[in-house]
Amino acid sequence: MCFPLAAPNTFPGQHSHTHSAPPNGSHLRPVTGHWFRFSSGDLLSFLGFLEACKMGDKQENDTLVKVKPSSEQDISDELDQRIKKYLRGEGANLENLQDRKLKGQLAVREDLYGKSAKAAAKAEKWLMPSEAGYLEADGIEKTWRIKQTDLVRAVDISSSRNQYDIVLPELGPYILDFTLSGRYMVIGGRKGHLGIVDMMKLSLIKEFQVRETVRDVVFLHNELFFAAAQKKYPYIYNRDGTELHCLKEHGAVLRLQFLKNHFLLASINKFGQLHYQDVTTGVMAGNFRTGMGRTNVMQVNPFNGVVALGHSSGTVTMWKPTSSAPLIKMLCHHGPVSALAFHSNGHLMATAGKDKKIKLWDLRKFEVLQTVPGHANTLDFSQKGLLACGTGSFIQVLNDSSGTLNYSRYMNHSMAKGYQVGKLLFRPYEDVLGIGHSMGWSSILIPGSGEPNFDSWVANPFETSKQRREKEVHSLLDKLPPETIMLDPSKIGTLKPTKNEQRSKQEREAEMEEAIEAAKGIKLKKKTKGRNKASKRMQKKQEMIEKVRRPYLEQKTKEEEQFSRKKQKVSEEIELPKSLQRFASKKGAS
Amino acid sequence: MRVKVISRSIDEFTRERSNDLQRVFHNYDPSLRSQEKAVEYVRALNAAKTEKIFARPFIRAMDGHIDGISSMARNPNHLKGIFSGSMDGDIRLWDIASGRTVCQFPGHQGAVRGLTASTDGRILVSCGTDCSIRLWNVPLATSVGSVDSTESSAQPVSVYVWKNAFWAADHQWEGELFATAGAQVDIWNHNRSQPINSFEWGTDTAISVRFNPGEPNLLATSANDRSITLYDLRMASPVRKIIMMTKTNSIAWNPMEPLNFTAANEDGNCYSYDSRKLNEAKCVHRDHVSAVMDIDYSPTGREFVTGSYDRTVRIFQYNGGHSREIYYTKRMQRVFCVKFSCDASYVISGSDDTNLRLWKAKASEQLGVLLPRERKKHEYNEAIKNRYKHLPEVKRIVRHRHLPKPIFKAANLMRTIVDAQKRKAERRKAHSAPGSISTQPLRRRRIIKQVE
Repeated sequence: MCFPLAAPNTFPGQHSHTHSAPPNGSHLRPVTGHWFRFSSGDLLSFLGFLEACKMGDKQENDTLVKVKPSSEQDISDELDQRIKKYLRGEGANLENLQDRKLKGQLAVREDLYGKSAKAAAKAEKWLMPSEAGYLEADGIEKTWRIKQTDLVRAVDISSSRNQYDIVLPELGPYILDFTLSGRYMVIGGRKGHLGIVDMMKLSLIKEFQVRETVRDVVFLHNELFFAAAQKKYPYIYNRDGTELHCLKEHGAVLRLQFLKNHFLLASINKFGQLHYQDVTTGVMAGNFRTGMGRTNVMQVNPFNGVVALGHSSGTVTMWKPTSSAPLIKMLCHHGPVSALAFHSNGHLMATAGKDKKIKLWDLRKFEVLQTVPGHANTLDFSQKGLLACGTGSFIQVLNDSSGTLNYSRYMNHSMAKGYQVGKLLFRPYEDVLGIGHSMGWSSILIPGSGEPNFDSWVANPFETSKQRREKEVHSLLDKLPPETIMLDPSKIGTLKPTKNEQRSKQEREAEMEEAIEAAKGIKLKKKTKGRNKASKRMQKKQEMIEKVRRPYLEQKTKEEEQFSRKKQKVSEEIELPKSLQRFASKKGAS
Repeated sequence: MRVKVISRSIDEFTRERSNDLQRVFHNYDPSLRSQEKAVEYVRALNAAKTEKIFARPFIRAMDGHIDGISSMARNPNHLKGIFSGSMDGDIRLWDIASGRTVCQFPGHQGAVRGLTASTDGRILVSCGTDCSIRLWNVPLATSVGSVDSTESSAQPVSVYVWKNAFWAADHQWEGELFATAGAQVDIWNHNRSQPINSFEWGTDTAISVRFNPGEPNLLATSANDRSITLYDLRMASPVRKIIMMTKTNSIAWNPMEPLNFTAANEDGNCYSYDSRKLNEAKCVHRDHVSAVMDIDYSPTGREFVTGSYDRTVRIFQYNGGHSREIYYTKRMQRVFCVKFSCDASYVISGSDDTNLRLWKAKASEQLGVLLPRERKKHEYNEAIKNRYKHLPEVKRIVRHRHLPKPIFKAANLMRTIVDAQKRKAERRKAHSAPGSISTQPLRRRRIIKQVE
């Protein structure tokens, strides 16, 4: 499978990249154009058509095209690419398994997984009703120079209705939130204006005035309920604007987030306290003092349900409702963190700091992938992985055109002078970016941002009330307990490594030695005069060795500490007379 | 500039008329469903719990006999019919669906010990402690339906009186012979008043007999001298015999793997044997705390049911060391006979309290016609439970069975005894010269000797 990653028909969502694609992308372009028209047609006619396209192309630009593999080969390669997505990781390694019976059973199961992935890939290939959007520039044109006004002229009339500005200067700035299906939007004006809008019919369902500061709004599991963070407490309202609950325990909340799988409402208040409340039972699932000061930067990682907070010290902390200490504490910026966003695959985080940097982080290694200069008050990832950054009245959308996690600019949009963008949110399953700003709210078109095909069982924009009711019951049955929130959710159902599997001391030391040797072997680059002195080079080398050694040493000291603590505990217990031992509290001893 | 944005027309994605079906779209992309594994785990947990909630295995008790049930026989011709014989000589044909007696067969003076029907379902053979064998014509399936409101009684076709009391009877598969067990093993023909053949090996009484479902001339018996014997009708003498430490009360052949049989033993265990290799049991099925009185295989051959003197009925996998299910009620006394129904979905037990009881073979199975969606849901739940069955929480819920207090205590006691014996054996081994003591596995330990 040496199919180039950049070939357009491997990723129907990412079309815009062909402007930077290698030359062999050019002959594929017309094919992709037709591809979508044929996606629901029958296979044979499509194959024939594909062949015809290629032939035609060949004649047109003979100089560019080299010998191409047969179309069957192409199709099978492409299918392999798709299957990879559905396999959910590598299969089990059965080579070293001793138990032949178990081996046979597992082999059968692996085979079934492969088959189901293939079926899913085929379904994706032939049965999906809609195709993803794209924006491609011709010639010297650049996608980021294309204005919204031009776009509106080029798209169909129903899509052009998605580009508008609502100007409400008195009650702003506005915040917004979409339901999971992208059908409904809730808006909250700072001065107390709340409303629900049906985005498909573009009609206002309800608006009301709470005559109080509103800092954030968020939908609960469906469009019937939403929570609003008001001056003193957050409140839960229903679609008709009736106040259902006042959540006094949360205090003056700055940001709200809803964890849809867990039915948890997470909030961060003025005093830096993080609250988790189960909205089905009303139980407080967690209440933690972050101890990092006031912040209004909070985002849930949709992949694992971990809540991330960005602090004024430049750190980002990640929390789960079952531990009072953060899971992760990482220094992301030199200066306050101003915005946070998570990619839906859970491996990518974007942070923006007041230090004029936007950073993309790999959450598997907790390393920076890319640093983009610029301010951002708000960030958001779309379903297809576009990153929107908003600052002042300017909005920039970045995309990953090459598929190598190298984000570059894709589209720009400037609001009218003096508008302050407060919140950017991509509308799910649509190529639309919602903007909440100081003068109302707006909506612009970002082609290629949304997932084209929805799943009726996950989020259905055309949901009827009966379907909604049924889905509510099902999602309540599948409600996850708070314990399932963890950094790596695929850990559930796997085994804890036994003590035998943990490496012995000697093995670890040997590994460390090996790593040090490897570090010694690295050849240093020649530096400019003065920095290339022998002493400097020596120092540099020493530093590298230290860097390699540090994790091993840290691990060692940690273990020793634990060991000594355990020992201490035992010795303290011994010190007490036997008759008094039962009064010694277990906490006090540790 | 080439541009396209997602645009969905409402007509394409919704139904046209209100009586059309709602349109459903699928996208199997894993990134749309976050935390799949956690959701699956929660579903498995819920499936395990709902299975427990819906576990209502007891369907009905069928009363009518005035003494304990001593034997039962399936009617191979009629799914709803079952014969039962009691200690006072009464034989009844039951309609399982309505729970009523269809027909009575009076005549025996003592307990009816052996009851079996021919494979075509026309002739019922009964024998008992009154030294007589009676052959009855079974009322036809069509008339069974019509007479289910009024009980009728039948007259025997023929009565053969013999020298000794009978303890068991079994009919040949696809043949017209039947065997009885008593002081010796006799082979009878329907039309002869005397056995056409009789076998004897040792002096003790044979207490159970079963024909092999695959090889019609092969039969297995167990006797009071703690032996299990295999006979071949084509040979003049018995084929093979093993003697165990305790008596075997009943034997059942696996209908799908007819070379294997399972013996219900007096020590509370069942032993599955390969009839070619009798020096070692293939599997020991433990869980009963008292003698196992009767055993019967499901027609699928994947599981069997046992009835025990400890007042419980258990269902085992054919290769499982412990039972999958335990059934009991407050009123059920010593269980003397159990049968699987011909469609493998019900279990019938006959006990000392004069009642037959009807149980579901799968405790939480939904009865009646299933909609395709319901069936799919059940299948999904089953698969998901199977996938997460090793996780502690799911395992705990699936495995848990409430036990009656006496059985719980007896099981604990037995466990203590077994553990103590094991400990003792280990210590003895540790303190003896290496190699001087060899431990036998339980599969072999209870066998005293094998005689060819």
